[in-house]
Amino acid sequence: MSPTTRQETLETSAATVQSGARSTRPSAGHRGKPARRKTAVHHVPFKVRWRRDWQMVLMMVPGVVVMLLFAYIPILGNVIAFQDYQPYLSIFEAPFVGIEKFVGLFDDPDFLGAFRNTMVLATTQLVLFFPIPIILALVVDSLSNGRVRKVFQSIVYLPHFLSWVLVITFFQEFLGGAGFINNTLKLMGLGTIPFMTDPATFPLMATIQLVWKDAGWAMIIFLAALSTVDVSLYEAAAADGAGRWRRLWHVTLPSLRPVIILLLILRIGDILSVGFEQFILQRDNVGPGAAEVLDTYVYYSGVIGGDWSAGAAAGLAKGVISALLIWGANSLAHKFGEAGLFQKKVG
Amino acid sequence: MTLLKSKKVPGLTYSSNRPAWKEKPSALYSAMKALIVVGVTVCIGLPVLIVFSTSFADNTQILQSGGYVLWPTHPNLDAYRTLFSGTLMIRALGVSAFITIVGTAIALFVTILLAYATSRPVLFGRPVVLAVLFTMLFSAGIIPMYLMIKQLGLIDSLWALILPGALGGFNFVVMRSFFMNIPAELLESARIDGASDWKILWTMVLPLSKAVTAVVGLFYAVGIWNAFFNALLYLNDTSKWPVQVVLRSYVLQGKSMTADQLGVAVQTQPQSLQMAVVVIALVPILLVYPFLQRHFTKGVITGAVKG
Repeated sequence: MSPTTRQETLETSAATVQSGARSTRPSAGHRGKPARRKTAVHHVPFKVRWRRDWQMVLMMVPGVVVMLLFAYIPILGNVIAFQDYQPYLSIFEAPFVGIEKFVGLFDDPDFLGAFRNTMVLATTQLVLFFPIPIILALVVDSLSNGRVRKVFQSIVYLPHFLSWVLVITFFQEFLGGAGFINNTLKLMGLGTIPFMTDPATFPLMATIQLVWKDAGWAMIIFLAALSTVDVSLYEAAAADGAGRWRRLWHVTLPSLRPVIILLLILRIGDILSVGFEQFILQRDNVGPGAAEVLDTYVYYSGVIGGDWSAGAAAGLAKGVISALLIWGANSLAHKFGEAGLFQKKVG
Repeated sequence: MTLLKSKKVPGLTYSSNRPAWKEKPSALYSAMKALIVVGVTVCIGLPVLIVFSTSFADNTQILQSGGYVLWPTHPNLDAYRTLFSGTLMIRALGVSAFITIVGTAIALFVTILLAYATSRPVLFGRPVVLAVLFTMLFSAGIIPMYLMIKQLGLIDSLWALILPGALGGFNFVVMRSFFMNIPAELLESARIDGASDWKILWTMVLPLSKAVTAVVGLFYAVGIWNAFFNALLYLNDTSKWPVQVVLRSYVLQGKSMTADQLGVAVQTQPQSLQMAVVVIALVPILLVYPFLQRHFTKGVITGAVKG
């Protein structure tokens, strides 16, 4: 800031004088002192705040530009869901058709199939995936040897950081038609098992893949919850004669209940998102009958099939319903007294 | 009685740090636990081991054992030599390295600036934060994104893989929570001394934030390295494919690599060649994983999420 502007700042506002050459911002004390911040912020005129904060506002520019270009303008681009969009026309020239494309989705057996598959996969994941991180966390928490515990944690977290292409490749090389297990079966003169390509068992296979990749990572939050359990509760229970399993049932699980409820609610809110790359990678091998989900439907009907408006309509419908479900689930979590995914108070 | 029996006796050494009130685990219980630990380790480790071993094995051993080996008897680097004498893998690695390094640098720049600016009660701070949080709740969808990238003329440009991800909502929240915990008095004193906000960020805030910057940077880098679908969507030009797309085409879909791509003509593509592609995609993640793990187990991430 040049000396002249600093001088001007001094003249403009009495508030700036008391704090010396430059005005101070109210303390970031966002915790427990909302009233103080409110008065401090709202009684300072815009001009003064601009002089005080213009450098900070400038720092926001790159992020805001990225956000506008790659989040908000594309959100507006969803207008083509209400149009009959053709690639050779611009968005401004395409004729509006109202909600025709949305209605059309319900006559499209591919869309209905994708919706059904999404629901089947989400339910399978909910039932089979959800308990596994809890069990893993209980096992890890009970490992008394620190070295074993550390190494085991390193191993189970690792797959989370591998790409879906790698994960599916590992499964293909291990369980695929010409993979390790089937080759071994062949060498022993037994028949092969189509683990990776059988549409009937695909929801199970997809869930196993998800468990392999993410169960270890999902365990972290339960481990954190377990580490906060009051040890004296265990001690008291043991003194009262409760054995290992009764302590698990009467102390450990009740302590985990808030976390379990929270994660269950959030997972249900996120039910329309079952993963995307995982299914696009296997759609050709398993067939769209079992492996087409809402997100892959959008891609194949829109980008590949050329029906841009129908694809956009499916994507928009999914996005809006998902956002409402997540928002609803989050409010529900707040009702249970949990922090939720989004904090109630920002800043 | 169990309580008394398990009390520590001075002078005796104990192998475990089991508290006094805890009973000695039964053999069945210990066996069950060991089975889970070993079982999980094998499930994760065995496929990785097979891929590594097969990539180093010689062809006769691979054919004898039916396509895969558990341990190479005559380890060699033939597969890697073949891959790196051609253009395909070198080019893909170059693309992946470029988008990962440049993309991470840009993403860190954008995220740090926005997170720092909004971590203080400044003009426009609150609406901007809400705008970022909204993008975590609702995304535009594949088709409007594709049309936007096309409109910007970024189809077949590597920038299409870099710019859209430059502001990750989760990483933003992590960074901002960290910055918010830096005491305001510290920064205000610098302001009163006449330091610009830019200077405060560079000389005071960033040196305090090395750990969180490292974690967020690694998260961005791993995300960009692993991304596959955006390349499939935005790049038609196969010479610009990153490693993940090459992995998908030549290993998962089993396409044959041409002589030009390999440098030498190979009649039947040996299994070791495909496994070498898998290893090349895997190794960078394995290299950064220890750093990544050290930080997230320290609680940087979970603490920030809770905060």
